Amino acid sequence: MNLQFIADGLIMGALIGLGAIGVTLTYSILRFANFAHGEFLAWGTYFTLLLTAAIGALVGGSGTLGALSFGWPVILAGVIAALLTGLVALALDRILFARLRQRGNAIVMVMASFGASMALRSLLEFLFTSEPKYFSRDIQIALPLGLGIRLTPDQLFLLLLTVILVVAMERFMTKSPIGRAMRAVSENPVLARVAGVDVDRVIRATWMIGAALACAAGVMLGITVQVRPFMGFDLLLPLFAAAILGGIGSVPGAVLGGLIVGIAEAAAVQVVGADYRAAIAFLILIAVLLIRPAGIFGVRE
Amino acid sequence: MSEPLLAIEGLAAGYEPGAAIVRGVSLAVKAGEIVTILGPNGAGKSTFIKAIAGLVPKFAGTVKLGGSDITRMPAHLLARQGLGFVPQTENVFTLMSIADNLRLAADILPKPERAAKIEEMLKLFPDLDRQRSLAAGRLSGGQRQMLAVARALIAGPRILMLDEASAGLSPKLVGQVFAKLADIRKRGITIVMVEQNAKAALALADRAIILAEGRTAHEGRSADIASDPQIRQLYLGLAPARGAA
Repeated sequence: MNLQFIADGLIMGALIGLGAIGVTLTYSILRFANFAHGEFLAWGTYFTLLLTAAIGALVGGSGTLGALSFGWPVILAGVIAALLTGLVALALDRILFARLRQRGNAIVMVMASFGASMALRSLLEFLFTSEPKYFSRDIQIALPLGLGIRLTPDQLFLLLLTVILVVAMERFMTKSPIGRAMRAVSENPVLARVAGVDVDRVIRATWMIGAALACAAGVMLGITVQVRPFMGFDLLLPLFAAAILGGIGSVPGAVLGGLIVGIAEAAAVQVVGADYRAAIAFLILIAVLLIRPAGIFGVRE
Repeated sequence: MSEPLLAIEGLAAGYEPGAAIVRGVSLAVKAGEIVTILGPNGAGKSTFIKAIAGLVPKFAGTVKLGGSDITRMPAHLLARQGLGFVPQTENVFTLMSIADNLRLAADILPKPERAAKIEEMLKLFPDLDRQRSLAAGRLSGGQRQMLAVARALIAGPRILMLDEASAGLSPKLVGQVFAKLADIRKRGITIVMVEQNAKAALALADRAIILAEGRTAHEGRSADIASDPQIRQLYLGLAPARGAA
């Protein structure tokens, strides 16, 4: 058996895991399944694409870093785009979700997120067309890592960045005051208010962090594959499968869930063919809900 | 006469507009006092104390703390104003460690004060100190109550409000919790407590207010209320005091 599928699965799993952090945080803190989360991936990637072009036009040349297919303009653009994606999420909350939250109906919020997802995706398609776009058209040579596994420098960078972001995120959630406040609101919003936590501030932080990580995942997907308006929507089911598999509210759980879903999908390609790849996330989702609804790191209520 | 630390005037509150559960209750609490709020089930005791803590909508009346109007102040700002509140149930973060429960409450303090304040609380509650890394969800009922009180005390409140601190505890644990409250009063903290355990509450409190159907039915010194056979029987579900006529 060719073990390359493990590497392919890890790459896709890392992307899914990063995106799933936002899903799991939104689900646990705002208490609804945000089906517009996939659009943050796409919007963040298009922001990065635009800003990279703008930076390139301003300072000239795109430049590359070592063996990578991209250079500092993409990294700088990605950081600014993460902020902009966070602002899109905040705007969406202000315009739509905050009003519905006051009425306290989670089902209405889920349905609204479907609508927001379609609107955001259509707007992206209108602005950029459905034609795929690329950060770079250069072909990278994959490096042999042993056991028949090969990864490109971009893919290795992606894995390293995922590890850094996840460790930073876990430390943020456990050590920082706002991370503690997010955990507190996730568990008991009323008690959190009594303890002096500004729940509105926590909600803003949740949108910003979730959207910024979605942007990071989107850019990585854009660099390693391509950029399309549907790129986030196509990942939505794996994102939710990862978040639920890891246990709602758990950052490490979301990433582990993402890796499992990614590897399972890649393994499925080997065993049953690429046509059934998308069904794997769905099967995992159903299996987790039936066997262990709380997920790997989740706590049964 | 000095101004009360907590002054509540004609408070009306409830969960739905037009359906007030608390109907025009007034209460003045002097600094250093322990005041208990008693009454039968459904009298509006918990709604009253939650409304003061900013957790239940207020429809009319005013709440002043140290002379400042806090009637419309959001709940999360009240801790910073010196009002600590311990809810009846779900009053600790069960998934967080004891230390993190305290750290969360200390986060509203200036950074240099936080560590010292947490250590001060752990010293006050040595039972918690011994297992500070333990998830709060694994504590016993009495220990949870102590952690909830410690959490509320971290921010250095002028007044501590407790909603049925003795609920679900054995008589021995009730004694321990109330002894701790007596200690806390000695530190200069005013206490307002809603209680079902009227006997224990009256023994600890200086004054009591009895609510019935959302209104003040009686108010007075604890000793007087404890010895009034009619009040004991009508509102507190207690047998007439020994030697009462």
